[in-house]
Amino acid sequence: MKFGIQINEGPYTHEASDTAYHFIKAALDNGHEIFRIFFYHDGVHNGTRLTAPPQDDRNIVNRWTELAEKHDLDLVVCVAAAQRRGIADADEAKRNGKDTDNIAPGFRISGLGQLIEAGIQSDRLLVFGD
Amino acid sequence: MATLHTVNKSPTDRNTLEACLRLAKGGSSVLMIEDGVYGALKGTQKSGIVEDAMKDIKFYVLGGDLKARGIEENKLIDGVNVVDYAGFVNLATENDRVQSWL
Repeated sequence: MKFGIQINEGPYTHEASDTAYHFIKAALDNGHEIFRIFFYHDGVHNGTRLTAPPQDDRNIVNRWTELAEKHDLDLVVCVAAAQRRGIADADEAKRNGKDTDNIAPGFRISGLGQLIEAGIQSDRLLVFGD
Repeated sequence: MATLHTVNKSPTDRNTLEACLRLAKGGSSVLMIEDGVYGALKGTQKSGIVEDAMKDIKFYVLGGDLKARGIEENKLIDGVNVVDYAGFVNLATENDRVQSWL
């Protein structure tokens, strides 16, 4: 079965990023497909490569990057939510006159159409957030 | 067409469990996750709403989230089923859609 996932909450806030991660891992382990993970609202903070959590804590951002690499996942950050919150790839940084980008490897910035498409193409869409 | 409802907040914090149970149709399932697991405790002010809904709605709770809060299974309302993440995935596939109450 194909799952679409929407994450509305930042990392280290409550538990949405963790719950979503464990759900996705269990789905993949049981032979299901993850069509796309769409990071929306404060969820876009999952996609900054500049986080530096303590070494004895989980690294939520790196964990997404590693999972995406291993399973060829599509991690999409909502562009409008990202602009408001200071998440940028090289193109966005240039377009907005910023001196650097901060998007983590494995993530890409795109529009809300990607969420709609995930809703249409997936058998189930699950939302994790606050 | 059955729906899996997920509830992630304690019923003493938000009214999402109550709102969910007000609208959930018979034959649907409710999975309590994160702080939502407090809704599965017996003997609380809010236990009644779950007990009343049980005749036509199935209730599940995420075991890891119970454990994280030090809640033992014998503290749960009778009839609430404990599942792991694989069980969560199965519930999502067995139902026709998933509604997250946030």
